[in-house]
Amino acid sequence: MSVGMLAGLGGAALIGLGLYGLLTHPHLLRKIIGFNVMGSGVFLLFGAIARRGAAAGLGADPVPQALVITGVVVAFSATALAVSLLLRVVRETGGPFFPDDDGAA
Amino acid sequence: MTLAAILDASFAALTLLVATYAIFARGLFAAVVAFISYGLLLALVWVRLSAVDVALTEAAIGSGVTGALLIGAAARIGDADGARAGQPKAMTKIIAALLCVAVTAGIAAAVLSLPTPAPTLAPRAVRELPATGLGNPVTGVLLAYRAIDTLLESVVLVFALIGIWSFSRDGAWGGAPRSPDAGTSDSALTFLGQLLPPIAIIVGVHLVWTGADAPGGAFQGGTVLAAAWILVMIAGLRQPPRIDGGWLRFALVVGPALFLAIGLIGYGIAGAFLAYPEGFAKPLILLIEAALTLSIAVALGLLALGAPARRHQP
Amino acid sequence: MALATDIFSILCISAGVFFFFAGAVALLRFPDTLTRLHALTKADNLGLGLVVLGLLPQVDGVLPALKLCLVWIVTQLAGTTLSQLIARVAREKASKA
Repeated sequence: MSVGMLAGLGGAALIGLGLYGLLTHPHLLRKIIGFNVMGSGVFLLFGAIARRGAAAGLGADPVPQALVITGVVVAFSATALAVSLLLRVVRETGGPFFPDDDGAA
Repeated sequence: MTLAAILDASFAALTLLVATYAIFARGLFAAVVAFISYGLLLALVWVRLSAVDVALTEAAIGSGVTGALLIGAAARIGDADGARAGQPKAMTKIIAALLCVAVTAGIAAAVLSLPTPAPTLAPRAVRELPATGLGNPVTGVLLAYRAIDTLLESVVLVFALIGIWSFSRDGAWGGAPRSPDAGTSDSALTFLGQLLPPIAIIVGVHLVWTGADAPGGAFQGGTVLAAAWILVMIAGLRQPPRIDGGWLRFALVVGPALFLAIGLIGYGIAGAFLAYPEGFAKPLILLIEAALTLSIAVALGLLALGAPARRHQP
Repeated sequence: MALATDIFSILCISAGVFFFFAGAVALLRFPDTLTRLHALTKADNLGLGLVVLGLLPQVDGVLPALKLCLVWIVTQLAGTTLSQLIARVAREKASKA
């Protein structure tokens, strides 16, 4: 199996894995980690497509690579925003959960 | 099976294993540490995919700065006891697991049925590269062919920061974020905080400069500079700045503003938004990258610091 | 000549990998924080140092060689400082308990 295919299938697995963490963890920081794992899985799909597009003496197609670099930076911005929101939730409700999740709060 | 294939397969297996641990670990802190290790492994995967620019970005931002952010948050929140009480029902978990397996299977099927020969823009990217004066096609895509993406991305950093600042208490608006320092002064940490920044500045500037022709660029270099700044604050050598400082705000927007201005000038001189006049592409790109590096470094550092928490009394 | 440098590289990198492996096993098997840190410093300094030493004859030019050395030195600095911080926290916790 080519390294591109391997990355594509790995990316698919990471998306499922991250999505599971995002859906089932009540702790909001764990949800953020799941979301990031999912995002990096999507980036890896781009990596598979870039690798398959290797041509003209390049090891990988530069266009998907540039998109992923942009994506990583935007994902960090979103993560930083989410963490700030989470810290505000902790300050307002006393716990890192959605208020409905524990019923009482 | 060749040796390289075995290496790739074990990398993939190890990366998936660590990612699984990051999702299923019991403790919050273990999950965060696993996520950081996962990011570094992923950087190695990117190297194997011949995408060294992405590998640098993933190691610096995806693993490094994100890791600092998550560790800081985990330390402040703690592993709340309610984690057990709030667990979803077993049935919910099973349904979620089935859904995730279905998503993975669907994407895997799509990956396996990708068209052959694979469509590629690499020959076009290489053919037009001499016109930009650059040697690194990824930088060519980022700052010439798809410059608008990069322009918007540099604006996204500023918007995210404004969003974070708006989570502060009313009284703290305009003040400084909470210091990430270790709490106690440690001579070894102080020494590192004094010794490493000069090296980091050389490495960061080198990464930006070399990015024109080799892997590297404004984002990778800017992240190294931001990391040095964060280290200095962790060591307690400098306090986080007030967010209403004029110089700070200037540094934050100078990159995107210059980028936008050069893009608008392109209308008049070269006939299109973000078009560079012939022969001036490379100096203009280097100028934009220099300003962007400063803005990215300041923005990443402030994003990692979070919302302002207190007002400094002068 | 090429063969000699290749053998030198293989020997050095293998030794480096051995130290990394030993460090990883010790990290998992040793009982408390301080002994684990002790094991990790071996992996960091000797393991990475030997890998860098083995790679040196394989790069062409002085600049890449200097970069490799810089990577080793910076990793050592960071590793040493981190060990110091972890050990300090471990000691403070132990003295409180």
